[in-house]
Amino acid sequence: MGRFGTVVAVAGALGVAAARAARTAVTRQRARPARRSAGWQVVTIDRPPEQVLPAAVWPEPLRRLDGAVEVAVRRAPGGRGTELAARPRPHAAWPGLAAHLVGDDPGLLVRRTLWQVKQLAETGEVLRADRMPGERGPVVPVGTSPPPTDGRSR
Amino acid sequence: MRALCWTADGELAVRQVPDPELRNDHDVIVRVRRSATCGADLPLLTGQAPGLAAGDVLGHEFLGDVVEVGAAVRRHRIGDRVVVCASVACGACWYCRQGLPSCCDNGSTDPSTSEAEWGHPVAGCFGQPRAAGGFAGSHAEYVRVPYADVGAFPVPESVGDDRALFASDAAPAGWLGAEAGEVRPGDVVAVWGAGAVGQLAARAAWLLGAERVVVVDRHPARLLMARQHVGAETIDRRNADVTAQLRELSGGRGPDVCVEAVGGPAGEHRSLADRFTGRARVPEAVREAVYACRKGGRVFVLNGGVRHVDAFPAGAVVHKGLAVRGGRQHGQRHIPMLLDRMARDELRTEYLATHHFPLDRAAEGYALFRDRPQECVRAVFTPH
Repeated sequence: MGRFGTVVAVAGALGVAAARAARTAVTRQRARPARRSAGWQVVTIDRPPEQVLPAAVWPEPLRRLDGAVEVAVRRAPGGRGTELAARPRPHAAWPGLAAHLVGDDPGLLVRRTLWQVKQLAETGEVLRADRMPGERGPVVPVGTSPPPTDGRSR
Repeated sequence: MRALCWTADGELAVRQVPDPELRNDHDVIVRVRRSATCGADLPLLTGQAPGLAAGDVLGHEFLGDVVEVGAAVRRHRIGDRVVVCASVACGACWYCRQGLPSCCDNGSTDPSTSEAEWGHPVAGCFGQPRAAGGFAGSHAEYVRVPYADVGAFPVPESVGDDRALFASDAAPAGWLGAEAGEVRPGDVVAVWGAGAVGQLAARAAWLLGAERVVVVDRHPARLLMARQHVGAETIDRRNADVTAQLRELSGGRGPDVCVEAVGGPAGEHRSLADRFTGRARVPEAVREAVYACRKGGRVFVLNGGVRHVDAFPAGAVVHKGLAVRGGRQHGQRHIPMLLDRMARDELRTEYLATHHFPLDRAAEGYALFRDRPQECVRAVFTPH
């Protein structure tokens, strides 16, 4: 896993929870095939490792991909938090909804998931878009038909 | 509610759309008092707006009253009159904590889209295509504001709506041009563009101690405004050798700081070959700024319409030892300071609202803004 292979070396400095997380990562590394493929996606999360993966528990956005991805973590240089990496496991069976979302680019789904983990860790929420075209119904001229509001009055 | 929408045929029209709703705990809903046109919207009006869908609401420079508050919002209450930063930033990531909220990692609902375009995710923006975050615009009766504790600011009672409105976008953009251009006391500063952002960049340069400020544009009415309201000297680029005149106005040295604030799409007047290959020219203002700037000076590019350009005069940057930077406004950092200056009358911006329209006539306002820039600096819509 290249750069993230150092995760064991730094784990001791990361505290108990982060070390557990690192061991989780290492365990997952051992399970992968000997030939290393590209495809690691990485984000830097401006929080310490023990907050990013508390007690080695994957945060919810990643948990949805459990079994389908490898995960690695290490402290970012310069006090910039945690570098969280993930990549699809070869021939993984994508669980649940992920199977419908993955399409032909599992790397993109992994990347989006990492961004969600980051948002959750840094802001406490995963940012949602305003209603997209499929959610908002027809756009109609003013004064024609009942306005497609949600019924609240202001 | 009513809102100015992009329609399927690339036109604009006021339509009935669903009311916005709280989607995250840090959201508020704002009842819009004022919402202004901006040059950044012009590329969306060309009929070539990848990422826009029929019914998408435009507009990003606005103020209004808080009417709903999310569960995690701490700084706002229903009834607050707030000006909202046009860009969306979280306030919690490394970039926000460094004072660079326009570089926010978490300002988009799908950071991978702007990653694909710029190499990294950047802050979101209201009323732009989905790649800019997924947030409906403000040319509407109501708008949802994410990260409201970070991006919405109470307006001092003494500051009127038409003045405070420009604290949303134009004023912080102008301020950034002067501040990040490192304007120092005694500097000669040249600003390309006499629109709202350019004039406010010129004003910011004065406030930061510049001794001479020159504004370049091709619209005499805007240049007149820059002279009357900002006290700048002006150059009408239609009948002047801009570089030569700037050299003359700066004792042969060239301006210490050059701010490009032209706005709108770059690379106009492309040759047939450029159109065929999809290549855009270096925007004239950026090129001029690089040539005109004194040795060791600073060039700051504000125009977000500058996308991918070829034939950049990199040699001038090297041989003259220039610092060339760019940026989108950091309103989350600057708006409180700007509102204070507005309250103290140091920053008067209401004159930039040259035209007012009720929301129902917003499409007409955009047409005026686009087609008659010599008259219309900003069209301002009042939805209520």
